[in-house]
Amino acid sequence: MKTNLKWRAGVIVATILLCVFGIFGIPKSGAELKDNFSKNIRLGLDLKGGTHLVMQVQVQDAVKADLEQTAERLKDDLRKQNLTYGSMDVNEAARPEDADKVMLTIKGIPAAQTSAFRSVVSEHYPSYILTAQNSTDYTMQLKPTDLLNLKGDTVKRAIDTIGNRIDQLGLAEKSVQPYGQSSSTYQILIQLPGVDDPARAKELIGTAAVLEIDDVKDGPYSSREDGIAKHGGILPLGTKLARMKPRGANEGEQWYLLGKTPVVSGSEMRNARAGQDEFRKWETSFTLSQEGGRRFGRYTEANIGNRLAVVLDNQIVSVATIQARIEDSGRITGLGSEDEAVDLSRYLRSGSLPARVTTDEERSIGPSLGADSIHQGLIAGIAGLLAVVTAMLLYYKRSGANAVLALVLNTVILLAAVSYFHAVLTLPGIAGIILTIGMAVDSNVLIFERIREELRSGKSVIAAVDAGFGKAWWTIVDTHVTTVVSCAFLFLFGEGPVRGFAVTLVIGLIANVFTAVFVSRTIFDWELAGRRQLQELSI
Amino acid sequence: MELFKNTNFDFLGKKWPFIIASLVLTVAGFGSILLQGGIRFGIDFKGGALMTVKFADKPNLEKIRSAVNARIQGENTVQNFTDPNAKDQVEIGTEMKDEKQLNLNRKAMEDVLASTFGQPNSSKLDFNNASQQSVVERLRDPLARNGVPMSDQQLQTLAKNLMDFRDTPPRSGLITDFDQLSNVPGMNAGIMNTLKQECYLSPYHILQTQMVGPKVGAELRNKAVYATLYALAGMLVYIAFRFEWIYGFGAVIAVFHDTLITIGLFSIFHEEISMTVIAALLTLVGYSMNDTIVIFDRIRENLKILRREPLESLMNKSINQTLSRTIMTSGLTFLTVIALFLFGGPVLHGFSFALVCGIIVGTYSSVFIACPIVLFWHNYSDKRRKVAPVMAAAPRTDAGRKSPSRAAK
Repeated sequence: MKTNLKWRAGVIVATILLCVFGIFGIPKSGAELKDNFSKNIRLGLDLKGGTHLVMQVQVQDAVKADLEQTAERLKDDLRKQNLTYGSMDVNEAARPEDADKVMLTIKGIPAAQTSAFRSVVSEHYPSYILTAQNSTDYTMQLKPTDLLNLKGDTVKRAIDTIGNRIDQLGLAEKSVQPYGQSSSTYQILIQLPGVDDPARAKELIGTAAVLEIDDVKDGPYSSREDGIAKHGGILPLGTKLARMKPRGANEGEQWYLLGKTPVVSGSEMRNARAGQDEFRKWETSFTLSQEGGRRFGRYTEANIGNRLAVVLDNQIVSVATIQARIEDSGRITGLGSEDEAVDLSRYLRSGSLPARVTTDEERSIGPSLGADSIHQGLIAGIAGLLAVVTAMLLYYKRSGANAVLALVLNTVILLAAVSYFHAVLTLPGIAGIILTIGMAVDSNVLIFERIREELRSGKSVIAAVDAGFGKAWWTIVDTHVTTVVSCAFLFLFGEGPVRGFAVTLVIGLIANVFTAVFVSRTIFDWELAGRRQLQELSI
Repeated sequence: MELFKNTNFDFLGKKWPFIIASLVLTVAGFGSILLQGGIRFGIDFKGGALMTVKFADKPNLEKIRSAVNARIQGENTVQNFTDPNAKDQVEIGTEMKDEKQLNLNRKAMEDVLASTFGQPNSSKLDFNNASQQSVVERLRDPLARNGVPMSDQQLQTLAKNLMDFRDTPPRSGLITDFDQLSNVPGMNAGIMNTLKQECYLSPYHILQTQMVGPKVGAELRNKAVYATLYALAGMLVYIAFRFEWIYGFGAVIAVFHDTLITIGLFSIFHEEISMTVIAALLTLVGYSMNDTIVIFDRIRENLKILRREPLESLMNKSINQTLSRTIMTSGLTFLTVIALFLFGGPVLHGFSFALVCGIIVGTYSSVFIACPIVLFWHNYSDKRRKVAPVMAAAPRTDAGRKSPSRAAK
């Protein structure tokens, strides 16, 4: 019995030390103690303040872009084989769910060339399915597995690009990760602790979606209507109208007529930086990929004196005139300010998102609200805990102290688990802690009431304690396992906050079985050890 | 001290008034939900934009409302909090029919506030709604001009100190006089003058902005509901395995009853169901389930000892035996939750309200809903066996009354 008690006490002390280490580390001063605590117990955005964004990647854009490229290659291949075709078109899809419905329609293949056309496609485009619509028209689509890969890859690339863009804001902590259970939602969760003004972050992530350099056909116009009117009411084939991003509040609208197919797309941009030219005017220099540089060289040579526009998400951020043939490195000169040059280089450098992203959810919590929540939560917590402790001590006397100790240890273990698992403490997580504390109190009450009953029926103190713990044990198992079962489902099918609740609760329940049964029992045994004739128990 | 020693209340004999009270509450809740045209979902579930603003003085709701309605179309709401800790706070909500509006609404709401209460034309920075970075940028040059040049590092530290001071309670984001800042570390007359020259203090501070697209809102709502239903099913299976299926059924019905009544009470008291309220509902499900299992456990134990006792009196005995623990646990948990409700602040308001309702309802449902269901079923199946012996042609043991097989452990 004695040695048994000793190793049990050893296990408890070791657990306490491990937990205290997890929460506080080994501090050398009071300040370091406080520091370690706030570093180890990380608070969620709802308590600390910050910005929470859920964005959806419009994957249908990537599917469309892929098919458009394929169309260009196919046109080349057909030309080489002296095959003719009527038209090639890729349809639009409005929602990511419709990405599977995007297809390339090829019309007007002469019946005589059918087999030659088919063999070109099956030879060079193995990852596509060719479906005949009638004798001359066909559609092409990615095979299901390739389509799935493309969509997954698009989300991954979007996450990388957004991560890079946010890095440029110089934030210490950030998190960009896939969101949602099903892979079919294509959502990204972006968390920026400490940023309560998301406008700047969103300017970089949200609006700066697709980057391209387009040729300027005509402009500027003072409005969209003006632009259309200048061309007799219809836009010329293969062009689009885009608006210049307004710089100041009092600047009038500027619209340009642009070529629809980009000269260079953002994925071909390799690097860009801001600098000053020989006249100390601000400029942005950039470099392109080899392939992109070759195309850009051909294009700029033929179009000296024409204008180019840097277009971000269908909004022009800069218009420049081509002054010479530019291959893989060029400069955009004559920018108004350092800010303008830095922003432009940032847009160019951060590459292009493979698809547009739209905002589904945006929350920004000011640090003052977080501070208020913590402050008020702390007062409430302390008031509640004091009330519980007082009631336990009044009602159960010495044994009550035993329960209070178990309760405190339970909270310590919970906090340590939060620290060791690098979990984040949020409001729903605190809800989990409250239920845990409720159940911890309950376990102790159950055991104590049982011991009292056994004492009343005339058992000796030691026998009563033994029976009390023994009989309460299965009840505790049942209540805890039921809750763990429900937590498992909440974790599997729940989202975000619901999951946080489930995780804290499960940790708390395990800690509770340990403290209420094992620790509490050990303390009882400790007190009773060597006093077999004890007549009365303070309970 | 012992409050309940050897009590012998006839709980199940008095079950009807409680069951009727439950029904009345449920119907009242449903009626209220119907009258209000559905459950009042918070922004998490219905989508929309919501801005929480703290004012220096008692806010003039009418003024805010007309300013918001003049600028933003659709159904807008402006309401203050009942929580005494948040009496100067206002929630401004706007509808959002389309994800594309997300950017527009935020800007529009900020503009409305600035033009109604701020000084948008003074070309000064609104200190009460400024970020650290904007303070740094705003002060850099003027400080140098006023003869207090600072390095970028120093400037960042100063701005951080200013923000921290502004955001710590009791100021909580709102200062009303620049002289309040005189105790901020690193403050001197030069900085103070520059601050007064470059910034103004608007009488409000935006605490948080939340915008949820309607599509995401619906998705979140469905997921939360399904997760809860699956969790309930999981608990039913476990209890059925440990006891008998009717016990699982009774426990789940009791918990479901608690959730329904709490949602009804939310409607009656004009509270909104938000994501944190869902967390609270899950908490109360866990709590109420816990309560029910403790009683069931005692019934199972007594079934082994008191084999000849009729089920009703055996259940009564079990409830009486666990009464002391029920009152103690509920009472203690209630103390914590009441503390949370009184001192927890507006963010925790809905959460603690759900728990306050839930603990009361959850405690009595274990006694007056879960137990009667088990009792009804056993009485019914006993009677059926007696009345129609032909139907029960197969030789059946007294399965209903037998202590559950696994209880022997």
